[in-house]
Amino acid sequence: MDWSFIFTSSVSYALGAVTIAYCLAAVGLNMQFGYTGLLNFGQAAFLAAAGYGMAVMVTTFEMSFWVGILVGLLAVVVLAMLLGLPTLRLRADYLAIVTIAAAEVVRLVVRSVKFKDTLGGSDGLQQFANRFYELSPLPSDFRIRFGPFLFPNQEVWVMIVGWSLVAIFSIITFLLVRSPWGRILKGIREDEDAVRSLGKNVYWYKMQALILGALMAGFGGFIIGIFFNAVSPDIYATTLTFAIYTILILGGAARVMGPILGAILFGFLFQFVLTTLNEAVRVGYIGFLDSNDTAPTRLVLVGIGLMLLMIFRPQGILGDRREIALDAR
Amino acid sequence: MPDDAMPDETGTSGSATAVVTSRKQAAVAALKDVDREPGAAKPDPVLIADGVVRRFGGLTAVNVNHVEIQRGAITALIGPNGAGKTTFFNLITGFDKPDEGEWTFNGQQLKGIPPFKVARMGMVRTFQLTKVLSKLTVIENMRLGATGQLGERMWAGLIPGLWRKQEREITERADELLARFKLDTKRGDFAGSLSGGQRKLLEMARALMVEPELVMLDEPMAGVNPALTQSLLGHVKDLREQGMTVLFVEHDMDMVRDISDWVIVMAQGAVIAEGPPLEVMADQRVIDAYLGAHHDQSLAEIAEAEGIDAPEIIDESTPTTPPPEAP
Repeated sequence: MDWSFIFTSSVSYALGAVTIAYCLAAVGLNMQFGYTGLLNFGQAAFLAAAGYGMAVMVTTFEMSFWVGILVGLLAVVVLAMLLGLPTLRLRADYLAIVTIAAAEVVRLVVRSVKFKDTLGGSDGLQQFANRFYELSPLPSDFRIRFGPFLFPNQEVWVMIVGWSLVAIFSIITFLLVRSPWGRILKGIREDEDAVRSLGKNVYWYKMQALILGALMAGFGGFIIGIFFNAVSPDIYATTLTFAIYTILILGGAARVMGPILGAILFGFLFQFVLTTLNEAVRVGYIGFLDSNDTAPTRLVLVGIGLMLLMIFRPQGILGDRREIALDAR
Repeated sequence: MPDDAMPDETGTSGSATAVVTSRKQAAVAALKDVDREPGAAKPDPVLIADGVVRRFGGLTAVNVNHVEIQRGAITALIGPNGAGKTTFFNLITGFDKPDEGEWTFNGQQLKGIPPFKVARMGMVRTFQLTKVLSKLTVIENMRLGATGQLGERMWAGLIPGLWRKQEREITERADELLARFKLDTKRGDFAGSLSGGQRKLLEMARALMVEPELVMLDEPMAGVNPALTQSLLGHVKDLREQGMTVLFVEHDMDMVRDISDWVIVMAQGAVIAEGPPLEVMADQRVIDAYLGAHHDQSLAEIAEAEGIDAPEIIDESTPTTPPPEAP
C-alpha cells in the first residue's frame, strides 16, 4: 500500500477546484438552510443556471466572458425568484418539493434534444473559459508540486480565485449573521409567525436569503464549469445537492466555518476511501472486489460514515450540541 | 357612536402617585354609560370590527356583527372552548383572512393588510402556544422586537458601524424591559431553556419592544404556574398604566374579574354579551353559553316542561349536563 500516494491524492482533491465549487454551494446553502431554515433541495439547479448561463453566452452567442458571468448570475436570480415567489408564502416543505422538482426540470431541459443547438444536449458545452485563464497573472510555467501531484498554472489560478471567493462569501456570511438582518433570518428559522407578529416582512427576508444563497452557489457553478472548461447536464443531478447537504451538516450548519471544514473533510474522505480501496485491491488485500467495484463501495462506506455522524454527532463537527438538544424540549 | 361626548378626563392630570389608579378609573368611567349589549358603541374605540365572518367548510367559526374596543382600557374576550376567540384574534391581526367583513384600527382599514404591517401600525399580538425563538438568547429575542432597525436591511447589515449605535439603544431598552419582567438574570440563556411562565413573560416583553398601542394577549395565563400569575397580572395592568390598550383572551375567570375593565363574551363565533366583569358574569346569556341553557334542571324536569315522557333512567350524578335538544 502506497500510503503517501493515498494521502497526497486525497489532500490535493480536498483543496482542488471541485471541492471549492462544493464549498461555495454549501456556503450558500448555509445561508438558506442553516440560518433561515429554507429547505432548498435544488441547489444543483443554481449551479447549473450559473454554469450554463455563462457557457451559453460565450459559446453559442459568442459574447464576452464577462457577459457570460453576468447572464449566469441573472439566470440564478430569476430561477430563485421563480421558485420562491409561489412557495415562500407556504410551509417549508413546499419549497423542498418544488426545488427538488425544479432542479430536475432544469437538468432535463438543458440535456434535451430540442435545445441541443443552444444548450448542447447531453454533451453540454465546452471551451468557454479560455478568457478566464488568460487573466491569470501566474507565469505560464508556474506549478505547485505536491508529492507525486502537480497543480499546473491553470488549476492554481482557479484555486486562488475559488478560495478567495470562499473567503469573501464567508466574511459576508459572518457579518450578516451577526447583524440585525441575520437575527431576523434566525428568527424565521425558529418560528416565522412569531417574527411576523413583530412587524417583519418574513416573505421578503426569505426571498433575500434564497437569492443570496443561490448567488453564492452560482459562483460554485462558475468554478466547476471553468475548471473543466465544460458544462454537462449530468454534473447537476440531485446527488450534487445531497453532497452539498452532507458537507453542510458534516461541518456544522449555521456555523460560518462549517461549510469550509465540511467541504475539505468531505473531499478528503471521498478521495481517501476511493484511493485506499483501489490500492488495497491492487495490492490484493481485498480479494472479493475488483477495480470496478471500488467506486460504488466508496459510496456505501461514506454513507455508513454519515449515518454514524448523524447518530453520534448530529450537530456536525462545529455545531453546538445545546442548540440541537433544544429541539427535543 | 365614536363622536359621542368624551367622558370627564379623570386620568390626565394629578400627581405621579395618583396615576397608578387613575388610568383604571378613567377606563371604568369611560365605559360607565356604555350599553350592556353585544356590539355596544364605545366613547373612544381604537378597534372597530364589522360583520367579520370566517367559515371553515360548513362551520362558521366567527360571525361578529359589530364590536368596538375602548382605547386605554383592558378588555377581556372570554367564551367557552371553540367560541372563535383565537380565530377572531387571527383574523384581525391578519394571520388569517375572513370570508366577509372589515375592521379598522385607529380609523385605518385593516382588511387585506399582512400581519407584519398590522404589527408595525401598533397592534401586536402574542400567541396561545407561546412562540419564543428557542435557539436565540433571551436578549436576542428582545432585540428582534424593535422596529425600524437600519441593520435589518441586508446591505446595512454588512457594515456594523451603521447600526451599532441603534443596537446599543435597543439593547438598553430591552434590558430595562427584562429587568421589569424579572428576566434579566436569564439574559444570555437560550429562550428554549426558559420555563413556560417565563416564556409567556418573554413573549409579552418582546411584544412591548415593538412599542405597540394595542397589545393583544392570547391566553397569557395558560400553563403559567400560580407563583407567576400575580406578577403577570401586574404586568398586564401595567400596560394600561403606560397608556396602552389591552385585549386579551382568557379562561381564568379570577384573572378576568381582577384586571379587566370590560368583558366581551363570545359563543359559537358570535358576540353574545358585553359589560363590566361582574355584570357580565351574572348575565344569564353568559351562564347559558358556558353551562347550557338548562344547566340547573334535571332531564326529568325538562322533559316534563316540554310535555315529553320522562326518560326512565335519570342519571342524577350529572345534573348539569345539558339536554340533547339544548338550543
